[in-house]
Amino acid sequence: MTDAATLLAPPRRRHAGQGARLRAACYGLLGILTLAAVWELYKGLGPVDGLVVGDIRVLPRTSDLAMPHVWDMIARLFEPVTRAEGARVLWLEIVLAAGLTLGIAAAGWVVGVIVGMAFALIMQRWILAESALLPWIVLSQTVPLIAFAPLVKSWGSRIEIGAFEWQDWMSVAVIASYLAFFPVAVGALKGLQSPDRLHLELLHTYSAGWWPTMLHLRLPAAVPYLLPALRLAAANAVVGAVVAEVSTGLQGGIGRLVIQYAGQASGDPAKAWAPIFGAIALGLIAAGSVALLGLLVKDYRRTEGAA
Amino acid sequence: MLNRTRRFATISAIGLTAALALSACTAPADDPGTDSPDELTPIKLQLQWLPQGQFAGYFAAQEQGFFEEAGLEVEIIPSGGDIVPQDALANGDVDYAIAWVPKVLGSIEVGANVTNIAQIFQRSGTLQVAWADSGIDSVADFEGKKIGSWGFGNEWEIFAAMAAEGLDSTTVEIITQDFNMNAFLSGDIDAAQAMTYNEYAQVLESVNPDTGELYTADDLNVISYEETVGAMLQDAIWADTDRLESDTEYQETTVAFLKAVIKGWVFAAENPEEAAQITIDAGSGWGPSHELWMVNETNKLIWPAPNGIGYIDETAFADTVAAALSAVNETGASLITAEPPATAFTNEYIERALAELEAEGFDITGDSFSPIDVELLEGGN
Repeated sequence: MTDAATLLAPPRRRHAGQGARLRAACYGLLGILTLAAVWELYKGLGPVDGLVVGDIRVLPRTSDLAMPHVWDMIARLFEPVTRAEGARVLWLEIVLAAGLTLGIAAAGWVVGVIVGMAFALIMQRWILAESALLPWIVLSQTVPLIAFAPLVKSWGSRIEIGAFEWQDWMSVAVIASYLAFFPVAVGALKGLQSPDRLHLELLHTYSAGWWPTMLHLRLPAAVPYLLPALRLAAANAVVGAVVAEVSTGLQGGIGRLVIQYAGQASGDPAKAWAPIFGAIALGLIAAGSVALLGLLVKDYRRTEGAA
Repeated sequence: MLNRTRRFATISAIGLTAALALSACTAPADDPGTDSPDELTPIKLQLQWLPQGQFAGYFAAQEQGFFEEAGLEVEIIPSGGDIVPQDALANGDVDYAIAWVPKVLGSIEVGANVTNIAQIFQRSGTLQVAWADSGIDSVADFEGKKIGSWGFGNEWEIFAAMAAEGLDSTTVEIITQDFNMNAFLSGDIDAAQAMTYNEYAQVLESVNPDTGELYTADDLNVISYEETVGAMLQDAIWADTDRLESDTEYQETTVAFLKAVIKGWVFAAENPEEAAQITIDAGSGWGPSHELWMVNETNKLIWPAPNGIGYIDETAFADTVAAALSAVNETGASLITAEPPATAFTNEYIERALAELEAEGFDITGDSFSPIDVELLEGGN
């Protein structure tokens, strides 16, 4: 069955759940295997010194230093991090670090979603707020993280409310939320504004106020817009958390391991790839969790189409 | 309509109440902790990079309880990419910071009010590493070559040394280096910047694909900036100038802090293996042989210290300033344009700390120090 045909037959799609899911998993696995094959193929056939045209490198080197063998990178995952006593096996170290980063990204995501939704509601409620806030919201995303991260850390280190003391991970979560709120604010606003005039006027004839209209019409209508926004926010939160970890020097997360192992890449080239795989897995898990969230509100997703 | 207005008013009122409640919460923050003599003084120390053997003395002072004995509760804060130690110090985020002198001179010129209170590293540990057959034996040979540098303020020794040879940045091609030596190993760089305690070892623990063995010192030409006029002072402890002048408690804390730090470095000199393990336990990700190499090479930059560890040699400081004044980087920018103010360094606190430690019988000059031999294993493992 072609993709288009699948789309045109939503009821069948629902019934075919089990088989389709299995097939999707197979395709996913196939994609990874293809990538590995392409990697090895290029490594085998490509020029050892790569290709430089003028001053621009168009093809990367294929040396073991630049492109370790796939099996070396996998084998490295099952060796200890270092020879030091009590050193964990590398994959476990990566999983633990990824777990910490995922937690921080999740916190950043939640804050980002709340803030983004609040902005969307405010901008939907008052047209003046939309014209006043929206340009700034767009502008906020142009601030370079490397300028922003030390500021957040510096502000955070001054916050102490009673027994509550600002923790370093919170700075990272704040930066993650700063990247995460943007798609939510923009997507949710678009969604809240999406109901047809017809439906709005119907609710008006019921003399429904702003809040009932919001609850019964605008919010459900916003769901198809919100889900992709939430997924984008999840990916942004992960990227923000990883970059902010590097930037602020937070220990224990995947961002730290990326630079730590990059420093060891000359003597141990395969090791440097491990945290990169971890970061990729992290992004997939984050986006996948949001997809699960989508199942909860599937009744509202009629207009979403293929997403 | 009335209903809607009222609801909005209610929500606003709730919001306002919440805001007030939150702001009320901040009030008790000023409540001072009890000042009993038993209480430890909280101190924040900002490092300039990830935890590693370069900072072994601070971790040793922490782990061996020297800070606690001195009445201090020290939080050692590693830096990542974007936390600049002297900025964190000038902003009041931390109490002391570890940073290279030339970088801080640049910050002082643009307004950072900080003072060097202890010159821990007596020597520069920066090298430029080339292949043995490259014909690059000295800075004068840089002309027309691809010279690696990390940038971010780590490049000034290169330009100062070149300036002394009559070379400027336009006569070489400056290539920005990564965290590792791959660009050098792949031939993208003719002479790569390397610290004796880190990147130099990274080369020596990498496999030469032609022989299948590790590279050796014989494969390399090593130019040490310490032997050039470009040499600049590196790891120093910096303190807040204003607080040093007006805050007597901070002055006392500074002496106590320096004493504990010196004990930490004395420990690292006498027990490099243990110091390396302490650093690994503190979160350093290097393999054991690389970590031990790092501690050992760091010790060589500190000891022997003829005037006592941490003492700021005025001639060396003046040389660093002169080198900094002469250096112009590849963008045509100068590190500093004028002499730094007199507050840029003081030996007042380190002298007190050294005198007290000497009276307690510590070897503060490292006369008995002798480095160990470290064998690097593949990947630093």
